[in-house]
This record gives sequence, C-alpha cells and structure tokens, in this order.
Amino acid sequence: MTVTSNNGPGSDVEMATDLISVVIDGVEMQVPKGTLVIRAAEKLGIEVPRFCDHPLLDPVAACRACLIEVEGMPKPQPACAQVLGEGMNVKTQYASEIARAAQEGVMEFLLLNHPLDCPVCDKGGECPLQNQAMTVGRPESRFDGDKREFEKPVNVNEQVLLDRERCVSCARCTRFAEQIAGDPSLELLQRGAKQMVGTADDEPFESYYSGNVVQICPVGALTSASYRFRSRPFDLVSVPTACEHCASGCSLRTDYRRGVVTRRLAWDDPEVNEEWNCDKGRFAFAYQTHGRIDSPMVRENGELRVASWPEAIAAAARGLAQARGRVGVLVGGRSTVEDAYAYARFARTSLGSDDIDFRVRQTSDEETAFLAATIAGTAVSVSYDELESAPAVLLVALEPEDESPIVQLRLRKAARRGTKVLSIAAVASEGLAKVDGERVAARPGDEATALRSLEAPVRELLSKPGAVIMVGERAAGSPGTLSAAVELSAATGARLAWVPRRAGERGALDAGALAGLLPGGRPLADAQARDQVAAAWGVAPNDLPANNGRSGDALLAAARDGAIGALLVGGVELSDYADPALAVAAVEEAAFVVSLENHHSAVTERADVVLPVAVVTEKAGTFLNWEGRPRIFGQVFRDALTMSDAKVLSMVAEAMGDSLPGDVRAIRAEMGALGPWSGARFEAPMQAAGSPAEGVVLASWRQLLDSGLMQDAEPHLAATARPTVAIVSARTAQALGDLVTVTGPAGSVTVPVQAGDVLDDVVWLPMNSPGCHIHSELGAVPGSTVRLTSGGAA
Amino acid sequence: MTLTPVITEHWDDPELFTIEGYRRHGGYTALASALGQDPDAIITTVKDSGLRGRGGAGFPTGLKWSFVPQNDGKPHYLVVNADESEPGACKDIPIMIANPHALVEGVIITSYAIRANHAFIYIRGEVPEAIRRVANAIREAREAGLIGTNIQGSGFDLDVVVHSGAGAYICGEETALLDSLEGYRGQPRLKPPFPAVAGLYASPTVINNVETICNIPYIVGRGVDWFRTFGTEKSPGFKVFAVSGHVNRPGIYEAPLGITMRELLDYAGGMIDGRQVKFWLPGGSSVPMLTAEHLDVPMTYEAMAEAGTMLGTGTPMIFNDTVSVVKAVTRWLEFYKHESCGKCTPCREGTYFITGTLERFQHGHGTDREMETLVDLCNQISGRSFCALGDAAATPYPAALKYFRDEFVAATTSPVDDEFDPAASYVFSGAAAR
Repeated sequence: MTVTSNNGPGSDVEMATDLISVVIDGVEMQVPKGTLVIRAAEKLGIEVPRFCDHPLLDPVAACRACLIEVEGMPKPQPACAQVLGEGMNVKTQYASEIARAAQEGVMEFLLLNHPLDCPVCDKGGECPLQNQAMTVGRPESRFDGDKREFEKPVNVNEQVLLDRERCVSCARCTRFAEQIAGDPSLELLQRGAKQMVGTADDEPFESYYSGNVVQICPVGALTSASYRFRSRPFDLVSVPTACEHCASGCSLRTDYRRGVVTRRLAWDDPEVNEEWNCDKGRFAFAYQTHGRIDSPMVRENGELRVASWPEAIAAAARGLAQARGRVGVLVGGRSTVEDAYAYARFARTSLGSDDIDFRVRQTSDEETAFLAATIAGTAVSVSYDELESAPAVLLVALEPEDESPIVQLRLRKAARRGTKVLSIAAVASEGLAKVDGERVAARPGDEATALRSLEAPVRELLSKPGAVIMVGERAAGSPGTLSAAVELSAATGARLAWVPRRAGERGALDAGALAGLLPGGRPLADAQARDQVAAAWGVAPNDLPANNGRSGDALLAAARDGAIGALLVGGVELSDYADPALAVAAVEEAAFVVSLENHHSAVTERADVVLPVAVVTEKAGTFLNWEGRPRIFGQVFRDALTMSDAKVLSMVAEAMGDSLPGDVRAIRAEMGALGPWSGARFEAPMQAAGSPAEGVVLASWRQLLDSGLMQDAEPHLAATARPTVAIVSARTAQALGDLVTVTGPAGSVTVPVQAGDVLDDVVWLPMNSPGCHIHSELGAVPGSTVRLTSGGAA
Repeated sequence: MTLTPVITEHWDDPELFTIEGYRRHGGYTALASALGQDPDAIITTVKDSGLRGRGGAGFPTGLKWSFVPQNDGKPHYLVVNADESEPGACKDIPIMIANPHALVEGVIITSYAIRANHAFIYIRGEVPEAIRRVANAIREAREAGLIGTNIQGSGFDLDVVVHSGAGAYICGEETALLDSLEGYRGQPRLKPPFPAVAGLYASPTVINNVETICNIPYIVGRGVDWFRTFGTEKSPGFKVFAVSGHVNRPGIYEAPLGITMRELLDYAGGMIDGRQVKFWLPGGSSVPMLTAEHLDVPMTYEAMAEAGTMLGTGTPMIFNDTVSVVKAVTRWLEFYKHESCGKCTPCREGTYFITGTLERFQHGHGTDREMETLVDLCNQISGRSFCALGDAAATPYPAALKYFRDEFVAATTSPVDDEFDPAASYVFSGAAAR
C-alpha cells in the first residue's frame, strides 16, 4: 500500500516544512504535522492491524482494529484517524497491553459473524482478515452462537458479486465509490449486525471502476465474476505489467496459472494510477487467448493457406522488396514503443518509404504538424501530480472518463481539492459532473472558435501558474482546434498536454512511426537529424527517404489509387478509421498486403501474407502514456512461442538482405544511443477554424466499454457497459419521443433517446458501441451534419 | 427536599400549550429581555448559571455555546435533540406536549445568543403528538412575530424547522442526528471536527437537549442567582425527573438536583404493594444500576458518578424484587443490538454476541465461563466503540453482575422464569390474575 499522508487539506509542501516530534513505541521520530498515527507507524515498520483504513480514502475509524494507546488519553484511539500532535507518545500493540487487548477484542468481534469458508473463498491466502486474525487474534473462538446468514452471492453489478456474510462493514468499497470514482450508488444498508453493502433495488452499481472494490475489499465479500472460484492466490504467478488499453498508463499486476492469465490487478504506482484502474484494464484480457491466429498464412490462388514461417517470411520479403520505395506502413495504435520503432526503421531502411502512420482514427495534417512540433520526443511536461495541483484544467475534445479513465480519477481528486475543471464540449457529461466541471459550450467542429473566444475569467484562470490545457485525439477532427490550443497555451502560459486514447500512440509518435518524423521527434527533412539517425541505423543519410511521406487519409487514398505498391499493416482495425470504406479500398487495391496480426481481421482477410505476432503477455515492451512516461513491462509468458512485431520484421528484413534489431534490449539500446533531439522542430500549425456546420451536428466519442475488439470474450464486462443511446437536449428529446433515427451520409441508426445537458442542435452518439458504429453505419464523424427523425415508440 | 416545578409549574393549565396559555404564565417575557441584551451576555449568563446538558452527558451548556466561533462568515445552526429514545426516559416528550412554548422560547433565545438564523428541532418520529404540539407552537410564535425576520424589531432573523425522525435510537447521538437531518443514513461522524466547529452542513452547530433549552427562558428571565438557589455547586438548577417502574404514581417530578431517590420515591407514592426496591437506574438503561442501598445518594452529576453510575437523563426506573436482573439486562441488550447502527465493530458484533449469550442464560443455559466471557466482551466494547451507544450497551451487565451475581449463577442451571414469574412483575393491575 502507498505510504502517504492523506489527512487534512494542506499540501504536501506545507506539511513537509512543518515537522513535529513524536514517540511511537519508544522510538522518537519527526513527522509532518497532520500525519496519522498509522502512517507514522508504517514508516517505522510497525504494522498496526487495519481493515477500514486505506491511505487513499478518508479515514472512517469504523472497524476499530487499529486501536492504540496514546499517553494522556483515557481510551484507546484508532490509529487510522488519530492525528499526531507535538510530543505525542503513542504505544502500539507491541508496547501497550491496552492496545494489544483492544485489538484482540476487535478481532474476536470481526470473526464472530464471519463464515469459516476460507477453503472455498477467493480471498483465502491473500486475505487481510485471515492474516491479521493470525497475528492479533485469539487462538480459539469463544462464540458458539449462530452466525448471521444472507442469500449469496448477490450481484452489485454484472461483474462484481457480493457475499454479504463475509463483509466486515469496513466501508472501503462504499467510500471508494463515493470518494474516488464519484459513483456513490454502492452504499451500506440496514443497521447493526444486519448491516450490509448494497445498491438501490434493481439498480446496479454503475461504475467504470467497479473492479477496484474487489481489490480493496479486505475480506472475500466482493469478488469478480471473471475470477471467482478460478484459482487460489498461492497457485498464481504474478508479474508486474502495464496496461495496453489506453494512454492513462496504469501499472498492473498480471496473475497467471498454467499459462493462462487468471486476473489482472491495479498495481501501486503513486505517480500514475495510484492504486486504481478501470474495469477495462482489469477485466478485458480474454482477447489474448480468444480467436488467435496461430500460424503464418500466405495467399495462393486467391485463398489464404497455412504456411511455414520460412515460407511466409520469404513471401513477405519478396512482395515488399518488389514494391520498395512504394510501400505504405500502417501501424496500430497499441504497438509498443519497440515495435513501433521497428516499423519506423523498417519502413525507412528496408522499404525506402516514409509513407507511415500510426493513427487508426480521424487525422488531419494540422494534427500531424501539431504532434511533430509540440509532442513528439518531448519529455514528461505535464504529469498526473501536476494535474492534481493545477489551479485549473481546460479539457478540449477530451472526455476523460471514457477516453482516459485514470485522468478522470486524478481530475476528480484534484477537483475535490479545489482544481477548477472546464471542458469545451457540446455535452455536459456525467464524467464532467464528477469532476465538478463546467462546460464551455461548443458544438463539435466549433472548438477552435470557442478556444479563441474564451471569456476573460477563464483566460485568467488559465493564466495562473500550473494551469493545464488537455487536448484529446478528437481535436484532429476539428479544424483549427490544435492551432488554437497552442495559441492559448502561449498566451496564458498554461501547459499543453495531448491525451491520445490508445496506449501505443504516444510511443509510436516518439518512435518515428509517422511520415516526416524520425525517432525522437527528429524531422526527416533536417540534415542533422538525418545524419544522427542514419548513423544509428548504419545507413548513409541519402539512403533515408528523401521527402516527407504521406500520412492519414492521403496515405490510404494513395493505396486505393494504386500510387502505393504494397501495404505493411500491423494491428489495424479498418473500421476504426474515420472512413472505413476508404481504408477497405486501400487494402483491397494495394497490390500486395502483409499483415502482422494476432486476430483475424478485415486486413488479414485481404492480406497476401499473414504473420501472427505476440500479444502483450508474450513479449516485453514499453508504452508511453499521455504524460510521455515510459511504462515498461516484462514478458509474462517466457516460454511463449509467438514473436513480437519487431522480431518478425527483423526476420523479414533479414530475408530482404537487411539487418534490423528484433530483440527488445537491442532496440532499447539503439534508441537510447540515439538519444533525445535538441535540434530544430517543426513549426506549430496555424490553422483557422472551419466554418460552422449547418443543422444538427453529431457529437461522439468512444465509450470506455464498447465494441472494441480487445474487450472480446468478456461478457460480464460487456454487461457493465453503458447502454447505447442518443443523448439530446430535453427539448429535442421531447420532440423526438422514445427512439430516434440518426441519419448520416452512409446510412442511419435507430437508438433510444436520452435527455441530457446537450446543446440544442447537437446529438451525441457513442462512436463504436453495439448498435451504433458511426463511421461505418452513418459515414459520419464528430462535427458531421446529421438528420434526426423520430424513430417511433420504444 | 420539596418539589420545585418550574418548567412543569403550570402543567395543570390545559391551555398551556397555546401561546395565550403560555403568555398567561409569563411566557416570552424572557425573550423580550434577551433581545435587548448582547448575545455574548446571554452566553455568559448561561455559563455563570452552571446549567449542564440534560440529555445525559451533563456537559456545561454555556461552555458548549462558547465553542461556536463568532464572526466566521459561516451560518450557525441550533439543533434541538428531541429524539428521546432512551429506554426509561420520558421527560422531553411530555415537556413538548405540555409546554412546547418553553422550548420555542428557549430556541429563540439560544439562537440569538449563538447567532443562528436557523434552528431545527429533531423530534422522535414515533410521537406525532409532540411533533404537532411543537409545530403548532412554532406557527403561533411565527404569527406573533416571535419567529421570522426582524423579531420584535431586534434585527434578528430566525426560522425554526421541525424534523421528524424515522425511528432510530442512534439518531439521538448528536452527530448521527446531524447526518439524519441532512438526509443521510444516521450514523455517528468522526470527531474532530466537533459540531461546534463543523456540524450541520459543515457549519458551526450547537446541539442541545429539549429540557436544556427549556431551562434557558427561566435562567435568562429570572437570573443566575435564582437558578443557583437550586441544586449544588457542580449540579445547579432543577431537573425534570420522570419516575417509572414499580411505583404507585409514576410520572414527572420536577425537583432540585440533589434530591434523593428515596424522596422521589415518596413523591411517587412509594413502591407498589409495598414491595422492596431491588434495583434502580437513575437515568435510562445506559447508566449502571444501583440498589436499595443507594436510595439516599443525592441525584447530582457528581454524587451519581461517585456511586459508580451516572445521572444520565434523570429518569429513574425502579424495579422491585419480582424482576429478574438477568432478564432485564437481556431485554436492554436486545434493544442495543437492535439499535446498534453497525458502523463500528465492537458495538455491532459485541451486542450480537452478548445478547445471544444472555438469552441462553435467560433459559438456564449459561455457563460459569460465559459469565466471565461477558465481562470481557463488555470491556472489549466499552471505550472502544465509535460512539456512546457501544459504551451504553456495555453498561448493564457488569453492574448487574456486581450486585446480583447469584442470579447469573442460578441462570446456569435453571430458567429465570422458574424463579421470577413474569406475571408477578406486571405493573398493570390484575394482569396476572387474568
């Protein structure tokens, strides 16, 4: 657990300068004023038993397991809530019979109504109640009455189950729901020994963070449907890993048994995810084993057939070599830094091409310029800690709860301490309400105008030292927005952060997997940069592509139009592009397609060579989160037979007569030797706002839990997703009735209507949720004009 | 010692509950005097009077008021604890029914003193009569210009709200009451911060018992010296004693603090059928019991403490020798188990454990070892629970064991009903015969 002081509103800086002297178990020590006894004792290595205490939750002093003696106080005091004062003399169970007896008494009471079902309980073996009963409890029970019983288990939501008879009423889960997640629908009900955790009748505990309550439950009362009865903790092998789902960058612990991942836990990383993660990061890992491509394939007479690795590698090398200089490279947004680097290098050296892009989504040239100028290769500038202490945070085209859930949690923590959160948005979302945020109204597409016409009080807030502007990846779809954000940052001094959604985007950018950019943010057009990179890669500067290549839609269009001879595609879902039809046409029209994939997809269906690659558990690697912080992870399954993208590319390169490092350590060494770039950078874009769209405008983002393929095969998780609805203003909702048909250029969807705090001429739809995929079904993107028609009764 | 009816002086007037009736006996004259004084002067008066809280804990009222920070820019609140739920306590409810305007006048004066513009009276929901009477009194006072804006031209504004509790003993605990009043589930809050600094809606709040507040008009109207002619140095004033149990005339007896149980017993017409006092509790089930040998101990905060008990709510329950101590203690523990809010482990689980064990004693299935275990369990609750409810639950058994160990020993072999016929202890006449 994190050792932090969590009491009092004072900042860490204030506390650090204000030390007091105290004595704990005879040891004199100095602690910051306001420190709790339990935290100070931890620093001495004294573990006071505890259940309700959690360093990241407000003290509640309910379980009374941590009672200690304070000299001069008539009663034993709870160490978890007792603030140390100057000269205070504290005696824990090791120095005080009063404390020892009090703790033993509480432990006896806690075990009274707790079932002796440890042998069948998921928590058995890693249970704070079990452990602390052994350390401070009585050897024998004096209770021979009837224990209370409850119907078991009950679902607090589809994923989280509750066995109430095991609950010790520590209120960790309810405090997490209320204080951390801001989803206070999990509550303690009834009273006395009948007290239990629960929700309102038939109302599930709706939260993207619900899995955390399973992890912080100090007994086996809360379990997850995906792990319940699957394993015993002592049979598991635990590996520290990093989450591959989004750019929040959570540290995780992956537990596996006999070659199968059984569960993932949020791991302790005070600088990033503290001790939390989202339900997607926790539960969405079944895709790693489900529906995998297990052998290379080559196309013969129009049909894909299984091939040997040497045959497939040779086929890939042959096809790519033939198209040398005219190969497009599409890198998925969840590549590791090392894999993205391999693609970037392979494209420039073996393929002689700068036509490369990692962005499998809506893009723009403005964004390309913005990323090259302000983000690529920069060190961590805005961090989570700085978010927490920022006086104000302005969100632009970013919905943290759905698009970067740990940013949301940190913003909520910040807001509870006084940070003002503002969001330029058409929808005042639930997530924004949870960070006590204020909406600055702007329709999708009008963000640039809104940024340039912010009112004076907002600009003043952003001018305060430490203020932050966070721009989401959707800004790429709104002309002028990124330019306006850069301008605003320069004008106010607020620091600018870019928050992509996928875990691999920031790393791929820094690795140079974008046209015109070499690793470390080096411009391809810069002679010094070319020299450095060429030297690192062991080629002549002139061997690198001469001109900046194509990216985004231009790259796809070039493939469709035959200007590109071959495509190398790694981990791309074509339906994720803003124009899926263009993407499909690009892959279909390209003369030769090599697909590096772990699952069957629209690309593998059309590929000439399919090379299966490893998922995150089968390789080591690094992600850069939105901060730019490396999230390094090791290989979970060391005996995996699969190979990383980098390794496969190195084999193809070898077959082409080149040499490319395929090993993670070799790649890291090469990247490290290249070092950061200190030369000239791209110019920041200066683009005007687009003209306002006519009629009803579509607002949309990807919900955290949606049709994303990496959530496959986890039905309990899917059942906790938010329902697919169209959110419109109350006025529009009234006019529409129960159902609305939203029509775009390519078609329409009919979904239930929900009234919300949305601008009148805007409709919000989920971007990629069951029953609503706006790119493929509507042919629309955020900012598109759509037509609303009443869709009849529900 | 003679009875000294003050709050109860005119209870024989059937119209006392109306504003006319109350005014007929000098009501609201203290308010007029108070509004002409500096609020701090009133706090000083109450401090000087030595009035101690009548809700059970006996905390000095003026001192409590003085903890409220002044000129802090926050709203202040007065909350009257009228959630009288203590087993055996029945004084606040009769006061509210018979003399509600004394409460209202006290509320206005107290609010003025602590600079509160909102006062809340949290009344036990099971007593609609009291709620109606108090609500009616507030309405009358408002119509008379005693509540509202610029009261009597003083520039002082006050609104008073009656809130009905929903049937939880824990909501008589002051911070749980605040949570309940705010609309949350009533459970005690972590202290500090204390309500005087961050109480209702995180603002400075004074929480006083009904009887305490009813003392205020009389103290302000008649003065500190008059008030201190009653009672003792440490327990000045008078007290509304509500006597119940095996007495001939159970009821309300207002007398100076320091009166003895023997005297109160005389006023209450002595014991039914002339039977012996077996045990009695000076102030609700939450204070340790005493026996006949304590009948001459003065009913003051300090003398009761010296006798190993507490004055508590000052509502003595008297039991004669037909009552099984084991059974009485079991009933009380069943109450605490039922009312434990569940927040803290010792109270939630301890009352469950003790009650189950005592129920076995009641049926003659106790063991010697369990008699000692019960002492341990009470020690494991007392001083270790989150609030005073746990402490209260740990009170009856040790005292009962101290005076009546033999009965617990007997309960290890035979059911208590064998020795103590339940019908014999009924106080309604002829019940046993029927």
